[in-house]
Amino acid sequence: MHPVVKLIAQRLALGMLLLLAASALIFVGTQILPGDVAQSILGQSATPQSLANLRAEMGLNEPALSRYFSWLFNAVQGDLGVALSNGQDIASSMGKRLSNTLFLAICAAIVAVPLAIILGLIAVRYQGRWPDRVISTVTLATVSVPEFLLGYIAMFFLSVQFRIFPSLATVYDGMTLLERLNAIALPVIVLVLVVLGHMMRMTRAAILNVMQSAYVETAELKGLRKFTIIARHALPNAIAPVVNVVMLNLAYLVVGVVVVEVVFVYPGMGQYLVDHVSKRDVPVVQACGLVFAAVYIGLNLVADIVSILSNPRLRHPK
Amino acid sequence: MRIPLAAALGLFFTALYFGAAIFAAWIAPYGAAEIIGDSWESWSWAHPLGTDSIGRDLLSRMIWGGQTTILIATLGTLISFSLGSTLGFLAAVKGGWVDQLLSRMVDLMMSIPSLISALVVLSVMPVTLPVLILVMGILDATRVFRLSRAVAVDITVMDYVEAARLRGEKQLWIIFREILPNALSPLIAEMGLRFIFMVLFISTLSFLGLGVQPPMADWGGIVKENKEAIVYGVPAALVPAFAIATLAISVNLVADWVLNRTSSLKGGRG
Amino acid sequence: MTALLEVKDLKIEATAYPPGESPRNITIVQGISFAVEKGKVLGLIGESGAGKSTIGLSSMAYGRGGVRITGGSVLVNGVDVLQAGSAGLRSLRGREVTYVAQSAAAAFNPAKKLMEQVIEATLHHKLMSREEAEARAITLFARLGLPKPETIGNRYPHQVSGGQLQRVMTAMALCPKPDLVVFDEPTTALDVTTQIEVLAAIKEAIAETGVAALYITHDLAVVAQVADHIMVLQSGEMVEYGTTDHIINRPTMDYTKALVSVRSIEHVEKSGGDPVLSIKGITARYRGTNFDVLKDITLDLPAAQTLAIVGESGSGKSTLARVITGLLPPSAGSITFNGRTLAPDFEKRPRDDLREVQMIYQMADVAMNPRQTVGTIIGRPLEFYFGLRGDEKKQRIQELLDEIEMGEGFLDRYPAELSGGQKQRVCIARALAAKPKLIICDEVTSALDPLVADGILKLLLNLQKTENVAYLFITHDLATVRAIADSIAVMYQGRVVRYGPKTDVLSPPFDDYTDLLLSSVPEMKLGWLERTIANRKMEAAGN
Repeated sequence: MHPVVKLIAQRLALGMLLLLAASALIFVGTQILPGDVAQSILGQSATPQSLANLRAEMGLNEPALSRYFSWLFNAVQGDLGVALSNGQDIASSMGKRLSNTLFLAICAAIVAVPLAIILGLIAVRYQGRWPDRVISTVTLATVSVPEFLLGYIAMFFLSVQFRIFPSLATVYDGMTLLERLNAIALPVIVLVLVVLGHMMRMTRAAILNVMQSAYVETAELKGLRKFTIIARHALPNAIAPVVNVVMLNLAYLVVGVVVVEVVFVYPGMGQYLVDHVSKRDVPVVQACGLVFAAVYIGLNLVADIVSILSNPRLRHPK
Repeated sequence: MRIPLAAALGLFFTALYFGAAIFAAWIAPYGAAEIIGDSWESWSWAHPLGTDSIGRDLLSRMIWGGQTTILIATLGTLISFSLGSTLGFLAAVKGGWVDQLLSRMVDLMMSIPSLISALVVLSVMPVTLPVLILVMGILDATRVFRLSRAVAVDITVMDYVEAARLRGEKQLWIIFREILPNALSPLIAEMGLRFIFMVLFISTLSFLGLGVQPPMADWGGIVKENKEAIVYGVPAALVPAFAIATLAISVNLVADWVLNRTSSLKGGRG
Repeated sequence: MTALLEVKDLKIEATAYPPGESPRNITIVQGISFAVEKGKVLGLIGESGAGKSTIGLSSMAYGRGGVRITGGSVLVNGVDVLQAGSAGLRSLRGREVTYVAQSAAAAFNPAKKLMEQVIEATLHHKLMSREEAEARAITLFARLGLPKPETIGNRYPHQVSGGQLQRVMTAMALCPKPDLVVFDEPTTALDVTTQIEVLAAIKEAIAETGVAALYITHDLAVVAQVADHIMVLQSGEMVEYGTTDHIINRPTMDYTKALVSVRSIEHVEKSGGDPVLSIKGITARYRGTNFDVLKDITLDLPAAQTLAIVGESGSGKSTLARVITGLLPPSAGSITFNGRTLAPDFEKRPRDDLREVQMIYQMADVAMNPRQTVGTIIGRPLEFYFGLRGDEKKQRIQELLDEIEMGEGFLDRYPAELSGGQKQRVCIARALAAKPKLIICDEVTSALDPLVADGILKLLLNLQKTENVAYLFITHDLATVRAIADSIAVMYQGRVVRYGPKTDVLSPPFDDYTDLLLSSVPEMKLGWLERTIANRKMEAAGN
């Protein structure tokens, strides 16, 4: 078997294992900590009788291991259980929200990724001169600012002062694509700002690293044009680190979504998770945690695989 | 020694915020929960930042809130740092199964974004200050662990550490005399970044309503209390958010400066 | 007749960024003038920091990092390249002048096949069609002695060895039929037996294509084989310039004389005596591998004498040092030191065993903690082994500093404030502080410039007389071995292939490997390369 295929198979297996371990961690985090779920739900004033009833209803009297496996087994089959707070099926109420969140994240990624790479290239091209400095200063500012500040600044200026976009991202069925895009414009802008800084900074570092290598000097000493050098010698070697950067930041975007959805009251996964943490609705929290972890692990896995695929040493073994 | 402008600005604001937090009891004009006027009054000489959603002096709330935020962030940083760096050094020096076990555990913890982990845990734990600090400290210790392990591993393979081991030095001498002095500058810079992260983390949790609980004030909570006013053009929610950002940028500038200054000492080789 | 390359009064500057101070300009090269005629080779020689690479690259009007050419003129075929615009420079580089870098492994793009890169400049400058260029590349591969010249171009850089890659790079430089090739230390990173092959291939290729060349190196013996003229440089200025014969046989300046006579230390070998160190049947492998790096090594080292371990990279000589120090316990065999058997693992050895075996490393930079002062570095063994404190300790440190000829004023300095030679001296003092019976020297001079290395060797020889310490001297450099050894062990692929007193080992009859190794070491004589290659061909024909 080709070593690359073997390595990728290994990575995939490792990713599955990691996801399994993460699910266990989420389960442990919600079930075995000193805070008893039933106690949390009913509060300190609950009578022993009602506590016992709730425990029995939630299956808390069974051993933790068997509860974990039945939860996991059901989750794999798409059954995430029912919410404690309203008794609805979690999988079906999550479906809509998940697609909303993915729509938001994908829109943000479509804007942020090319923008970050172009700005990163500009920073490299004018390294040490004013465009580079402006970009790095703005980067420093955006990575130090909490997501919700960006959100409210955008809201304050773009919707309250100048009324360009709606302040709340209300979406409902039957909206046209254009209406939908208009509704989520503000959260998309904020998400782009959230990831842009990191992505740009890391892209810049990755490309600079390649541009300073000896083989770029060799190409320069062959009398090639700057553009040819970048396209033929720098890019093939820069793709892996840049894709890596992009994937890591998309993973980061998944987290940014939580806060941004709350700011703009957007009916997505983040809002759903935060609401149910306040309600101490453990099954929903577990299910959301699992989905977020899966997306996060998946993106990291893609980054890993891309860097394996683009490594000439692995692709063409001795 | 000349301090560059950016670092001087960073130092000034960092000192200002920490000073305000430490001396809050003396400089805050009103109590944190004292209601002194109508809701969302605009600024006046008596209330330089105006009032908040239920008519409390915003400046006073900002000062008290800063105290809470900075206290939690500092304690969280201390926990994440002492835990992360101790375990990181241990893994690097011991190697073998100790390293494997700790590293794999950290990998696992980092496979879930820390905000998500925190939300999962906080859904069953009582939300009190000690719980918040512990949860944030432990989750963040994973990053400190990775850095300190990487730094220490780079140093342990150096010939001077080998020379010390061959001399017959004890483990403690090697950690404290050979490794630590050389690992200090990246770790100090990292401490600044971890502190920023803690400030952002607790503010985010409070903003989501899962951090510091009212009536206590903290910056993220103040944003949450005043966010409805944004729609009416009242920028009260922007004030604490702005404070968070300036504190974070200032600490970042100081950390950058520390890293540059100390690493140039080391770069003087050859 | 006008010269192909004419450099007049060259001045090169760079910006230095001293920590904590504002940036300032420093002059790297000044007042350099020389000319290279068609088909001739000029050797540029000097120690690190002499500015030789910088001068070489100036012929392509190229400055690395913040380096700028600020004065003088560089004429290639009568045109001043410093005045050429970017279009003019592009047509110069890769067409009229080409470049061979020191590390071909880094200078090739890892993601592209060799052939693509070899013919890239030729195609870019529209000098030949693709078919013609590929045919020329294959001819050059064959002429440079590369295996399978028709197909080697389909490989990726990491799929061929270092010596082969260096030859491919030479082919890449010659492919566009340039007027001038700049060779920047092309053989420095290679093992000595590979170096001679690459050197011969380069020389032949230069002769056959009639190209002119700048050959940059720190090794006078190497440049003597390929150059018609030699320019000796020191700290960016010219010391001496003349024909190769003149520089090698009749140097006029003291610095050049020192370079020519380097490594000619006379050392009369000692023999006999009871061994302080006896190694018996040592076999070792690294954890998690199933390959023996050392196979059945048996050696003796008499007290106060020097045993040199010679071999190329991968021969296992440094692993032997790790076994003796106890960092790598062997899988078989035993080590007797001073009449007692050493524990295989250093952690099980009593403090006196640790004290009496000391080690000096190749890179003095990383062998000293950058956060400790010279006083702490030398003082710690005194404190640790002998319990010396306060003034007593200070006095002993100063004695040691005097012994390594450094004198006063170094106690409070940090390693970063010392020169390369001084750093290595401090490491020697640290080893001596333990009053050892044996010092293992692992390539202690190979990172140093020749003159500095010479000083260190002389110091080690003197210290051996006064301190009665034995050296296990690990090196790949036979000149160093001649200068310092009493007995020699030649290692090849984990085995000792030849072992005995120095004169015996260095006298015929030789085994095949020792013969190859010894005959590959460049000698400071004109025509050495031709004679050696001719001898080898005759022997090969005779067999």
